[in-house]
Amino acid sequence: MTKRITLPITEKAIADLHAGDSVLLTGTILTGRDAAHKRLYELIEKGEPLPVDIKGELIYYVGPAPAKPGYAVGPAGPTSSYRMDKYAPSLLDLGLKGMIGKGARNRDVIDAIVRNKCVYLVAIGGAAALIAKSIKKEELLCYEDLGTEAVRRYTVEDFPCIVAIDSEGNNVYETEPVKYRED
Amino acid sequence: MEFRAISAEEITSAVKKLFTDCNYFIGSDILCALSKARDNEKSPVGKSVLSQIIENDRIAAEEEIPLCQDTGMAVLFVEYGDKVCVDGDFDEAVTEGVRQAYRDGYLRKSVVSDPVFDRVNTKDNTPAIIHTKIVRGDKIRITAGGKGFGSENMSAIKMLTPSYGVEGVKQFILDTVFKAGPNPCPPIVVGVGIGGTFERAAQLAKKATFRAIDTSNPDPRYAALEDELLGEINKMGFGPAGLGGSTTALGVNIETSPTHIAGMPVAVNICCHAARHASVEI
Repeated sequence: MTKRITLPITEKAIADLHAGDSVLLTGTILTGRDAAHKRLYELIEKGEPLPVDIKGELIYYVGPAPAKPGYAVGPAGPTSSYRMDKYAPSLLDLGLKGMIGKGARNRDVIDAIVRNKCVYLVAIGGAAALIAKSIKKEELLCYEDLGTEAVRRYTVEDFPCIVAIDSEGNNVYETEPVKYRED
Repeated sequence: MEFRAISAEEITSAVKKLFTDCNYFIGSDILCALSKARDNEKSPVGKSVLSQIIENDRIAAEEEIPLCQDTGMAVLFVEYGDKVCVDGDFDEAVTEGVRQAYRDGYLRKSVVSDPVFDRVNTKDNTPAIIHTKIVRGDKIRITAGGKGFGSENMSAIKMLTPSYGVEGVKQFILDTVFKAGPNPCPPIVVGVGIGGTFERAAQLAKKATFRAIDTSNPDPRYAALEDELLGEINKMGFGPAGLGGSTTALGVNIETSPTHIAGMPVAVNICCHAARHASVEI
């Protein structure tokens, strides 16, 4: 079953999401990956304010390709999430409600997801041209000097993803592959 | 001695086309393997993921846009004929081709100048990794690809020693793929380099990822090993996008080299399903 979610995501909507659910997101999401996370994390460490309000938001781990003329955005698929594992718990503790990426997360991130009642969604890695069809608008928020790694706000319509880790810590990467494993 | 003159501009434009082509148009070997995998995939989610990947690759080709946002670091294997004379700086001609492809072809610039300290984007995706080999003849052959780093980061090399035997080789390859799990955008292509020295094994592994997956190693023993490893990897259960299923890899390609009496290096270069490569002869 596919669940349609309008952003900003509510606590109730998060509670209703279960690992394995297909989801279509409509509204706005933030973007950020390695270099932006490092900068945000360093600000948090120093106790300084962040240049972007992350409260209640979802962040998409993406570094898009440039948009061809006539396109709202360039191809924009997810990047591997584990590289943000070092930074994610601090952001979740500060009110970020979820992340969109691809691949497994470590124990600290899963604990932070459960502690803060958040959600980890995944999009299909390498399906960037398809995924970009659901991104209607982009707006630069900060760290322009990082180029593709700058923090942007995407306006999305029916952005397709799957719940990988739900707010109770259920994790498709732990439950699904074993069903198809042959010894 | 007769030399054949090739202009630097000709090399630049050929390289530019290689990189835009390989980023827009997935190879027919990969497309065939993806549709076969979709038909055979046991997981419904896996089937749906494979359908979406196939649809993605169709959109990219039709609209001439990159199929993945990670258009990679540019890697080229060059066979440079000894009867060729290039009027100009060959490496610069190649580099200019990469620069133009990434700039004019709307490809992502993903290269930073210094790996540890500065990490400042070079803004034109150069430098490229250029492996040049001098061969006999009056032609230049180039096989090139954009190598994404989601899968590159999951690669590994090990200096095995002879007593490990073929079992040790298999174990290391399977361990590397298992550790990579859902991260390198499965279904993957596994490039393996065995033999040579430390760096030769790694280079062969990369070269193996650029070989079409509907081809086999010419030595039947290694061809059988490729098939056996593919079967074992697809029993791991990671499946498309790592969300569970019977398609974790589309192909395993092995390349080998003579090596030292004391050694048996094995390098495993993992490539995502967007296994992009293209070739040209000039």
